[in-house]
Amino acid sequence: MPGLHAFRFLLEKEFRQMMRNRLLPRVFIILPIVLTLVVPLVATQEISNLNFCVIDNDRSALSRRLIEKTAAADCFHLAALAADDDEAMAMIEAGRADVILEIPRGFAKGLQRNAQANICVRGNAVNGIKGTLGTNYLTQIAMAFAEELTAESGGTATQQPGASINERYLFNATLDYKRYMIPALIGMLLILTVGFLPALNIVLEKEHGTIEQMNVTPVGKYPLIFAKLLPYWTVGIALIFYSLVLVRLVYGFAPAGSVWHLLLIAVPFIAVMSAGGLIVSNYSDTTRQAALTMFFFLVIFILMSGLLTPVRSMPEWAQALSLANPLRYFVEAARMIFLKGSRLADLLPHFAALLAAGCLLGLWAVGSYRKR
Amino acid sequence: MPSHNNEAVILAERLTKRFGDFTAVDGISFAVRRGEIFGFLGANGAGKTTAMKILCGLSAPTSGRAEVAGFDVAAHPDDVKRHIGYMSQRFALYNDLTVGENLRLFGGIYGMATGDIEQKTRTLLAQLGFENERRTIVERLPLGWKQKLAFSLSIFHEPEIVFLDEPTGGVDPVTRRRFWELIYQAADRGITVFVTTHYMDEAEYCNRVSIMVDGQIRALDTPAALRRQFGGASMYDVFHALARTAKRS
Amino acid sequence: MHTFLSFVKKEFLQIFRDSRTVLILLVMPIVLIVLFGYAVTTEVRGTVLVIVDEGGDACVPRWQEAFNANRYFTVVKITHTAVEAEEMMRSGKADMAIVLENGFSDRLRRCGGATVQLLADGSEPNQASVRTAYAATLIKSLPASTDAAAMQAAAATPAQRYAVTPCVRLLYNPAQKSEYNFVPGVMGLILMLICAMMTSISIVREKELGTMEVLLASPVPPAAIVGAKLMPYLLISIINLLTVLSLSTFLLGLPMAGSPAVLLGISLLYIFVCLLLGLLVSTVAATQLAAMLISLLLIVPSIYFSGLAFPIESMPTVLQYISGIVPARWFVEAARKLMIQGVAPGFVVREALILALMAAVLLALSLVKFKRRLE
Repeated sequence: MPGLHAFRFLLEKEFRQMMRNRLLPRVFIILPIVLTLVVPLVATQEISNLNFCVIDNDRSALSRRLIEKTAAADCFHLAALAADDDEAMAMIEAGRADVILEIPRGFAKGLQRNAQANICVRGNAVNGIKGTLGTNYLTQIAMAFAEELTAESGGTATQQPGASINERYLFNATLDYKRYMIPALIGMLLILTVGFLPALNIVLEKEHGTIEQMNVTPVGKYPLIFAKLLPYWTVGIALIFYSLVLVRLVYGFAPAGSVWHLLLIAVPFIAVMSAGGLIVSNYSDTTRQAALTMFFFLVIFILMSGLLTPVRSMPEWAQALSLANPLRYFVEAARMIFLKGSRLADLLPHFAALLAAGCLLGLWAVGSYRKR
Repeated sequence: MPSHNNEAVILAERLTKRFGDFTAVDGISFAVRRGEIFGFLGANGAGKTTAMKILCGLSAPTSGRAEVAGFDVAAHPDDVKRHIGYMSQRFALYNDLTVGENLRLFGGIYGMATGDIEQKTRTLLAQLGFENERRTIVERLPLGWKQKLAFSLSIFHEPEIVFLDEPTGGVDPVTRRRFWELIYQAADRGITVFVTTHYMDEAEYCNRVSIMVDGQIRALDTPAALRRQFGGASMYDVFHALARTAKRS
Repeated sequence: MHTFLSFVKKEFLQIFRDSRTVLILLVMPIVLIVLFGYAVTTEVRGTVLVIVDEGGDACVPRWQEAFNANRYFTVVKITHTAVEAEEMMRSGKADMAIVLENGFSDRLRRCGGATVQLLADGSEPNQASVRTAYAATLIKSLPASTDAAAMQAAAATPAQRYAVTPCVRLLYNPAQKSEYNFVPGVMGLILMLICAMMTSISIVREKELGTMEVLLASPVPPAAIVGAKLMPYLLISIINLLTVLSLSTFLLGLPMAGSPAVLLGISLLYIFVCLLLGLLVSTVAATQLAAMLISLLLIVPSIYFSGLAFPIESMPTVLQYISGIVPARWFVEAARKLMIQGVAPGFVVREALILALMAAVLLALSLVKFKRRLE
């Protein structure tokens, strides 16, 4: 077959160009380190290191004890003792404190007389989660403080009446945010490399005039486009293995499920993304146009994929829209494989959706290539 | 003058290309015979490049027809492409591949076997005196070398016809002369050469020359005949006499 | 001055002729704000619940009713084994299971205490902990769990029970809307994208195609040529800034608590920093592909290090320091303070000074780089 013969040479050329580029191989080595090792440390919505400031209007031994107990907690750091409300609010506004603990006058007296006292907790809720969790933590500390007092007075309050509730977390027992983010970040790694680069591929050949030279040859569209797609596949799969090794070595994480399942999902996913990139490239006249168009799609894909915020938290219409987002399927499937060790049957819908999209976009990429 | 019973390898009949209201190529008809060096002249914007793109199967004609190497360009562009070579004014080699890799790529695309490519590469590089440059990245070659390489590449697969679009832009007269020696060598091997140029001295090297003005062919003959017809001392005078009549610049 | 203006005009013509690029540049912020405003939230809604009841406990129907009545929970199934619940979570059909101890109600009545386990899908840690916290609160409020007999037993305890009752107030954003947090972050991201990536690519494009040499050969000083290149992007950035601000105020109902003038000032400073970054990239990059890759290395940190979605305080200390060199971080911080918290201008002086310092350093660097290239 003449097409197959030409394909071999075209493929060789694409690989050579990719590997001879001064930057690309370095990007392939560095980007996984950044995305799968550094970013998980950053991309955590765990709330820790909260700064709190105190307005102590009681100035009693008990109020000091409560303050010390709070400051000793892991997630809290005592920023300052504020003299009054204005000073405390100024600290919040300057960003030096996240939570205010206000102990009213008569705190100790109330506890000593009738075992009751109030405190006031205010949290900066510009970041809603931070505000809620911060004030929650402080509330829990106050309750623990009361239990301590009860225990000291000889009560057996630790054994509460009624049902005792314990919590156990499956798939991610220690609620480690890194475990949650790493599979998704592999998806991000793929779209930044094998999604983004193809968008520039054809348009760069247009700008340099080499595409014209290619178009006067009898080579068909299929070998031409598939020779461009295959290197991205190879690179994508290599990047997955590389990231898995990095994550294993540094964090000691390994997927709970099968690596083969991950590859099964990755193969059609890479096809979707790189064919999509080539389509953008086919329709673009300049690199700037192609880069911007692709970026536009990628940012939307990232936001709507559940990578940063859960899909389940979205409104219905947005959840419906996210069904058209290939990254959503990959992120979801990768998390299922990594964390839950899901079986093939659970992953079939993801695989089928990506495969269908991959075939469709592959044909579109060939169809939108203009030989004349 | 070559005889009439020579077979035509390029045949254009009332070939027309319109872009909206603008008629870039306006019903041109001509024939190019096998083994000929055919000069395709015209001022900028006269419609040369558009006409050449139609003949190469890169662009479909609006009306009229053209046959190249015996195939209709509109109906069978891929058959046309199999039998032609093309060198654009930007001599679009892959800058990030080596000399050898560029040859290998295009040889492979035209269906040459690996062994043939290897053998042909060696002979070609020896002819050009490029033996030591096989592993050089094209980007690092001097302009004149790139041009020679681009031309050799366009006839690497032994096409019947080679189309050259202003192949010698931007190089010195000595290099241009050497380049034309390569063209003559190709023509001697029986390859038909279809060349556009802005240099009138180069027009003198052609067997026959056509001059396009405003999308139409206004003159077509041997350089000597044209000089006689327009009463000029050189092709430069002929070209000037015709180009002055242009309505669009 | 006249030649400078004609250069600016040329740049505007070039970019506005490319109508698709301009369209994306102007539409992108609108799409992003709508998505962030409505679609991208971390709220916990709709927890799919399974109740694991080994022995057919009497309290199950009442619990089911109580959980279904709560808008956060839907009980989809009552199973007999925890394994079955776990399988449902594995395939994503459930988020959490309430596992009742065998003979739960009986024990509660007889011994005054019994155990219930909340088994949650911990894949997403925050969602999981918020879910278990909600469920625990709900269970405590159920009459079945605080049986009368148990209460009596408790009342009989001689010791006094202490209680500290906190009153909690959430400042600035009592409804905990996540767009309050996201919008300033998105602004930082969009401006970085347009100014840094677009400028660097378009300057490098002229280098790559050789037209830059022609421009530099003209009698116009190089600084003016480069300045002219930046102008269209400056204009587009300002338009985007205004679009984002008006959308967030009128569409999303975000407050504009502080001084708009100060916010505008800080934004311009940030835009300036981003443009300079783009310029610096263009002096380093030889090809458009390189410019793109380097810009990408600027944009990715802007997503993660700006506090857009992830709080900076939670990062390891070293990375917190690194985040200090990401311009977006300071802009986002200042924008948040000004828009949502409505602080006095004095409170953003630090951010403004840091951005100004960055601008100065970048300007110096690009001038040095640019000169060296010309020599």
